[in-house]
Amino acid sequence: MSELILEMKHITKQFPGVLANDDVNLSIEKGEVHTLLGENGAGKSTLMNVLCGLYHPTSGEIWLEGEKVRFSSAKDAMNRGIGMVHQHFMLIPTLTVVENCLIGARSDSILKLDLAGAAQQIKALADEYNMDVDPMAKVSDMPVGARQRAEIIKALFRGAKILILDEPTAVLTPQETEELFNMVRKLTKDGYTVIFISHKLNEVQEISDRITVLRQGKSVTTVKNDNISVNELARLMVGREVDMTVTRHETDQSKAMLTVSYLTLGQKSGNRLLNDVSFEIHKGEIFGIAGVDGNGQGELVECLTGLTRATSGTAIYKDLDLAKSTTREIMKSGVSHIPQDRHKSGLILSMNLAENMILQDYYQPQFGKGALLNWKYINTFTDQLIQDFQVKAPSRFELAQNLSGGNQQKVIIAREVSREPGLLIAMHPTRGVDVGAIEYIHKRIVHERDQGRAVLLVSTELEEVLKLSDRVAVMYEGEIVGIVKPSEVTVEEMGLMMGGKRLAEIR
Amino acid sequence: MQKFDKIKFRNNMSTAARQAIISILAVAAALAISMIIIAAMGVDPGRAMSKMLSGALGNKNAVAETLVKMTPLLFTGISYALANRCGLTNIGMEGQLYMGALFATISGVYLPGLPLAIHLPLTMLAGFVGGGIWGWIVGVLKVRFGASEIITTVMLNTVAIQLVQFMVNGPITEPPGNDAQSSPLLDSARLPIILKNTRAHLGILIALLFVYLFWMFLWSSKKGYEIRVSGQNPDAALYSGINTKRNVVLVMLLAGGVAGLAGATEVMGVQGRLFPTVSPGYGFDGIAVALIGANTPLGIVAGAFLFGILRAGGNSMQRATGVPVAIIKVIQAIVILMVVATAILREVNLRRKKPEAKKA
Repeated sequence: MSELILEMKHITKQFPGVLANDDVNLSIEKGEVHTLLGENGAGKSTLMNVLCGLYHPTSGEIWLEGEKVRFSSAKDAMNRGIGMVHQHFMLIPTLTVVENCLIGARSDSILKLDLAGAAQQIKALADEYNMDVDPMAKVSDMPVGARQRAEIIKALFRGAKILILDEPTAVLTPQETEELFNMVRKLTKDGYTVIFISHKLNEVQEISDRITVLRQGKSVTTVKNDNISVNELARLMVGREVDMTVTRHETDQSKAMLTVSYLTLGQKSGNRLLNDVSFEIHKGEIFGIAGVDGNGQGELVECLTGLTRATSGTAIYKDLDLAKSTTREIMKSGVSHIPQDRHKSGLILSMNLAENMILQDYYQPQFGKGALLNWKYINTFTDQLIQDFQVKAPSRFELAQNLSGGNQQKVIIAREVSREPGLLIAMHPTRGVDVGAIEYIHKRIVHERDQGRAVLLVSTELEEVLKLSDRVAVMYEGEIVGIVKPSEVTVEEMGLMMGGKRLAEIR
Repeated sequence: MQKFDKIKFRNNMSTAARQAIISILAVAAALAISMIIIAAMGVDPGRAMSKMLSGALGNKNAVAETLVKMTPLLFTGISYALANRCGLTNIGMEGQLYMGALFATISGVYLPGLPLAIHLPLTMLAGFVGGGIWGWIVGVLKVRFGASEIITTVMLNTVAIQLVQFMVNGPITEPPGNDAQSSPLLDSARLPIILKNTRAHLGILIALLFVYLFWMFLWSSKKGYEIRVSGQNPDAALYSGINTKRNVVLVMLLAGGVAGLAGATEVMGVQGRLFPTVSPGYGFDGIAVALIGANTPLGIVAGAFLFGILRAGGNSMQRATGVPVAIIKVIQAIVILMVVATAILREVNLRRKKPEAKKA
């Protein structure tokens, strides 16, 4: 057995009302890729934040290279060679890569900033690991993949020996993920240690040497990554058998419900966030939109729900042009919308479940005649939905903020689906929810399709889009680069399209 | 209705209880600090406090004075709370109050021959309209030009106060024009006295009615629901298609109108005519009342009661002990500081806890 570089012993982190880490043990060997596997809320990020000095553990010890350490800040941890690449990048967009690297770095002189020297060092590092990073490029001009490379360079530049990658593949195409993994392999060969945080089982299986599974704040087990199946990993992560298959019925898809033609959204700068987007969604069909986050999916949904006014083009649903209608008109006409960020717009966190359940239809006569609300009916209605959609909550009086992510999402789905929409627009419906809720949400969305509704499903989880959709469009920089049937496309082809290649070019 | 009260109560029980405790602690701390200050002035703080209490609650007349002081505070407290529930910060109650007083005076002085049953409500309505226009302007400026209501309300305060100053010195001055004051209101526009031989007038009951209306509007009406959604999560309001802009104008109009009623009741119930200094800062005290009351109906009543005691009892305290009445301002300021400080602390705590709590 090779030498232990890092040990975290009996780490407990108590937040007010939440025990985020409960007696967690983790030991990392020098030069390995060690994966922290766990669902959202299992305590992975908390544990890593403890390691890199952002949180103090309530109790427990950290041993680094045989020496007990106590970090009082992120800088402390950095000085001891621990560098973290956060899921949400910590780069300043208006500065260049080299300037970002120098922030907080040790410098020989207080007066002079050795930009050129640093740039050279960065270039050398980048070349060594086949990373395409221009030290003088401004971060705001770089695509997401390059920003991530810049983050990694920044950590290496500051002397990281242990590199923590928090969900690094969430923003990457399959090809970029492969590049990242090659880089990780080279880093470990050169003696770096990598802690990889993920919940994507295939990737975990591909890259890890060893895997520590966290569940509900506790470390469940640490296993060597040989001959361990994806199913076994899933069982360890969730704590029970998981059935992720969905059965779908034949539906009559002859009637088009939504016809989007040449939808374009321009900015004043002339930049086009959406460029001539055209597609049709039929009754009883799930139309998926895949693509790396930030390629116009959000803008498309905003244009279809009246939150943003498209510059040109039409989106005809029934007799209504969604591109020229207000949100209220659109929702009234039988469109439901599961928004991408449930905290930002889907829920009023400080209100109770009953008040959240009526957000979309409170003005309709069934919730009260005239100007007043009929609380008696609202309460029965809410209780019914809580039961029908298996929302785990003590009562309808519970505030939305006290529910888990999965149950919050179920509240939104209950509200939107119960309106019996003709068109259901769902964006990232399973983002940040636990596996049990994902199972449920997937089945529910397919159920709605089987009922003959048209569904627009936007997701960055490729697996999800391919599994649920009847047809999939890939978006890149505001355009649809191809529309395919999941059964007739390979993951590689999807990856190429997500990277901007048109379907016609790759076939 | 029974049902709905129960829901609200249970729903907010823990938060309401916590808020009540915070407010009570803040008031207690403020009183303690002021007692130290009074002691430093060489006066027995116990005696000063008891003089203040007896001046505010000691006899029928004292209670009546407290009710008189409470009335405008209830209106301005509701005004601030209503706007705040919609996510707006209305600092303009003072100006809205002045406009309400001006409009009510014009209606009360220059419409002779009307029976009380018509003239009195009409004059109240005039007060509401006067304040409402002042609030409406703010709403329109915000929606049309994105002007911050905090700035515009403060600026309009000055405009309203100067306008009243001008009016009582010119257009509506009492003939022959020797004093800066309007003619007295006609009897048919005077609020009746509800406690014999005191100054307590019908305004207090009207104010309490408006507390009830405030409650009903926000928690049982569809418009009130929209307003609360807009205030607590503007993005969710847009997502559900709520016309937030129209609501901003409406809420500012209503908030201004209610603050205008504070001015109207002062003129109609207490002063009987318009003086250039119709309010000793009731508009600003309304902010404190709503803060202490956490924008809740019962809280506002409690806050207005407390500040009513301070205002009514302060004078007796000064007469009996020599402690200047300005100490009341100090107490008020400390209460506000305490309440705001706890609110900020809670916010900070929440933010720290949030990323983890979300996941759990």
